[in-house]
Amino acid sequence: MNAAADHPIHTGRFALALIYLTLLLFALFYLLPFGIMLVNSVKPLTEITGGNMLALPTVWTLQPWREAWSLAQIGVQPTGLKPYFWNSVKMVVPAVLLSTLLGALNGYVLTKWRFKYDTLVFGLMLFSCFIPFQIVLIPMARILGVTGLAGSTPGLVLVHLVYGLGFTTLYFRNYYQAFPTELVRAAQIDGAGFFGIFRRILLPSSGPIIVVSVIWQFTNIWNDFLFGASFADYDSFPMTVALNNLVQSSTGVKEYNVHFAGAILASLPTLLVYIVAGRYFVRGLIAGSVKG
Amino acid sequence: MFKRYKNIGLASAFAAFVAAPLSATADDSVEVLHWWTSGGEAAALNVLKDNLESDGVSWNDMPVAGGGGEQAMTVLRARVTAGNAPTAVQMLGFDILDWAREGKLADLNDLARAENWDAVVPDALQGFAKHDGKWISAPVNVHSTNWVWANKAIFDELNLSTPRTWDQLVSALDKIQAAGYTAVAHGGQPWQEATIFDAVVMSTGGPAFYQRALIDLDDSALRSRTMRTVFERMAILRGYVDDNFSGRDWNLATAMVINKQAGVQFMGDWAKGEFINADKVPNRDFLCFRFPGTTQQVTFNADQFAMFAVSGDRQGAQAKLASAILDPSFQSAFNVVKGSVPARTDVSDGAFDACGKKGMAQLAAANNSGNLFGSFAHGHAAPAAVKNAGYDVITAHFNGEYDAAAAAEEFADAVADAK
Amino acid sequence: MAIATTSATTAAPSPSSHGARPTFGGNLSERLRDALPKIVMSPSIALIAVFVYGFIGFTTYLSLTDSRILPSFDFVGLANYIKLFGLRNWGIALKNLAIFGALYIVICTVLGLALAILLDQKIRGEGVLRPVYLYPMALSFIVTGTAWKWFLDPGLGLEHTMHLWGWTSFQFDWIKSRDFAIYTVVLAAVWQSSGFVMAMCLAGLRGINDEILKAAQIDGASNFNLYRRIIIPQLRATFLSVFVILGHLSIKSYDLVIALTGGGPGRATEMPATFMYSYTFTRNQMGVGASSAVIMLLTIVAIMVPYLYRELKHRS
Repeated sequence: MNAAADHPIHTGRFALALIYLTLLLFALFYLLPFGIMLVNSVKPLTEITGGNMLALPTVWTLQPWREAWSLAQIGVQPTGLKPYFWNSVKMVVPAVLLSTLLGALNGYVLTKWRFKYDTLVFGLMLFSCFIPFQIVLIPMARILGVTGLAGSTPGLVLVHLVYGLGFTTLYFRNYYQAFPTELVRAAQIDGAGFFGIFRRILLPSSGPIIVVSVIWQFTNIWNDFLFGASFADYDSFPMTVALNNLVQSSTGVKEYNVHFAGAILASLPTLLVYIVAGRYFVRGLIAGSVKG
Repeated sequence: MFKRYKNIGLASAFAAFVAAPLSATADDSVEVLHWWTSGGEAAALNVLKDNLESDGVSWNDMPVAGGGGEQAMTVLRARVTAGNAPTAVQMLGFDILDWAREGKLADLNDLARAENWDAVVPDALQGFAKHDGKWISAPVNVHSTNWVWANKAIFDELNLSTPRTWDQLVSALDKIQAAGYTAVAHGGQPWQEATIFDAVVMSTGGPAFYQRALIDLDDSALRSRTMRTVFERMAILRGYVDDNFSGRDWNLATAMVINKQAGVQFMGDWAKGEFINADKVPNRDFLCFRFPGTTQQVTFNADQFAMFAVSGDRQGAQAKLASAILDPSFQSAFNVVKGSVPARTDVSDGAFDACGKKGMAQLAAANNSGNLFGSFAHGHAAPAAVKNAGYDVITAHFNGEYDAAAAAEEFADAVADAK
Repeated sequence: MAIATTSATTAAPSPSSHGARPTFGGNLSERLRDALPKIVMSPSIALIAVFVYGFIGFTTYLSLTDSRILPSFDFVGLANYIKLFGLRNWGIALKNLAIFGALYIVICTVLGLALAILLDQKIRGEGVLRPVYLYPMALSFIVTGTAWKWFLDPGLGLEHTMHLWGWTSFQFDWIKSRDFAIYTVVLAAVWQSSGFVMAMCLAGLRGINDEILKAAQIDGASNFNLYRRIIIPQLRATFLSVFVILGHLSIKSYDLVIALTGGGPGRATEMPATFMYSYTFTRNQMGVGASSAVIMLLTIVAIMVPYLYRELKHRS
């Protein structure tokens, strides 16, 4: 972290120790629920229902993980979560890419190619972030039905694109706002066009904000349940619907260990995105082009 | 095993085979929306799928779990709005009639007449499976909700006999509590509190009062002294619950009875599955009996598959599905696993355990004597709006927000508002 | 970003200032090029217009009808609104949202900013700590809720463990208490999203020009003053994003409440989102559900519009 080497803020030794302590305590706080899930996912069920749920297992077992991935009942068939994984990927990847791209273009236009009432347009887009999803369900179903997109992955991609746009536009607009306009002007004088400037000048230094946008969109779309359940079909159900089916039984036996294993499995992709993206986050910042 | 069914199946398979070249577009698949997604109940439903598939009908599974079918009902609304209704949808009580009123359900009368459903399905159940004289849905099972599940070891230890009246129940609970156990294992969720409420209303006011108050929603009954007594008794039961009850899942409460931490749980017959799953045997490890004062009565909720109106080419497969659901051997096989009892009264009880046999006999008796009532807590006495408005008050009272008099008053107001 | 903003906007090459650009090609292609930014924006604008504002219009209409299980078009005037404000649940839901929203937004922002500032002090192991703070956002509350529920449950979780460790007077039973349960919802919600706020603040902090800071430091400003006077005011744009995100999460918090308390004990943690869902979909009173959505949106307008107006005007 070379940025830190000549960091303008200097901290004393004692203060630094205090900072480490605080940071570690918070790390514990954040890790705790995950720890509970992890510990209970490797216990036999009898140990959970019969004893201390926070204790370490006396018998370790990986059976719950196997169950959750490929053996547990998800509906009438004992398929586990496995077949639903790809459904989610097929929905998430295009939705994240499209909404991030559109958000970046919107942010670019709103800051570098301003037009009359652009602030109003931005305000209206921003307000769209607050629409409660419960109210869009019925009219959305109607529109998807009319356009023949009901029960399909493209339909889901459209839904997630629409309700992610406000956020991605917000991220990119705020980020590009601080981007030196002189560079854009200079490129323009050199004869670069609208897309040329975007591709060659803004995009290369957009690393951190792309990461923020992707993390946000990926997490929200991957974890969405309401739209997935309502607008997908039996052959395109995303992972969350399957997970929900695994853990929510009305009057059946609750296998908590399998539930926790399933929950961790279902969130592995998002966790992975956080860890991988986190690195780019730093790299993008080190590139330093934002600080110009 | 599926003899009767196979004959029909063969005949229709033959018909389909012959008809196939003529109507090449006939769609031999059914799409089923349901919330039996995990564990034993999903496995039990798989029997139905296999039966249909051996009959040439493919099953497209649309499982959506959550909140006792709430999620599935939301999804259903999206599907119907999109013009994409499933063939059949698992549904409860008044929801079926609401959808029938919207004109979205199919007419199964031809099949029902051929298979004589009118004679074998209990009348109280038919009230939810027929609309305007037309069969609109196929019932799968009957759950009864006024059961008490007791730990036998505790009962033996304290020399308790099965309580038959409210006073006997209270004295038994006192003894259990005095011996250091939690008397009543209870999970503090609105529907669980309402389940107890059902039984207390039945026990306190008797069947006629239950009918007037919770089914007819008669205002004078709701504002009567009896209703206040009901809430007073709820408060008494509250005194036997441990401090840590709120938000607890019902099956963790059952586990307290299984593990000898608690004496009894008031819960529907699905609780049996938890005992069986823990290798417990009825009458050896645990007892099942009706809520004191309701030994003659059965309050029920029944899972059904409502059949949606589908295009002509899909009706053949839909009829096969409905027929397969009512098939006696499927009814037996499914309900043995599910803990409930068959939705027709002419099914052999050979495959059921002691509690199951008892449940079947009591259901048949209650049906004959007019003692079978829909459960208020489970949406078989009043429509969803009334049921949930009732939940609000029952739960608020159980958590000490109102005293009995105020709760009775609020309950009557809430019902009147939501009607 | 006060300084950067003013320079950016005054110098923004809007299509009207294209005189600075070398012009070549025909009139048509030139006009096309001028319109290009608007053409690029138009799909987004169209989508938002239909799927957000069109649907808001539809919901407003529904709120004036007697819709129950499916939309109906029988007009009943303001009956649903009158009914809505007569419902105790709605009053409880609004009160809870006020408590929850205020605490959640303030705590998340303060905690996120504090963690970001601490992490920004040349901390070794930042690469490990950052994802640890961030990961809760990655998990769906469908199951994390169960873990929290257990942890907060006095008979199973923290209180129980403390008792086992010998601290028998320890008491932590908020989740079972009607007056305190809403704070456990705040706790779990802060756990979930404060890490994300931290990440955004960190990105903002790293985007600040070091030269300004160094200059201020030479002038003898203390660390505290440096942050208060110079750094935090520069995070204005970040705070706008944070506010929008947290506001949106607090209004939509549904999974969280359902998984953690189910709206209980009793109905002590009922929130507008759970209310809206329950009336629209489980109680078959779509008209009342829609009217609650309209009130929600109006509330958001009342809070957001002045804020957005000030923020956006500040920049343009």
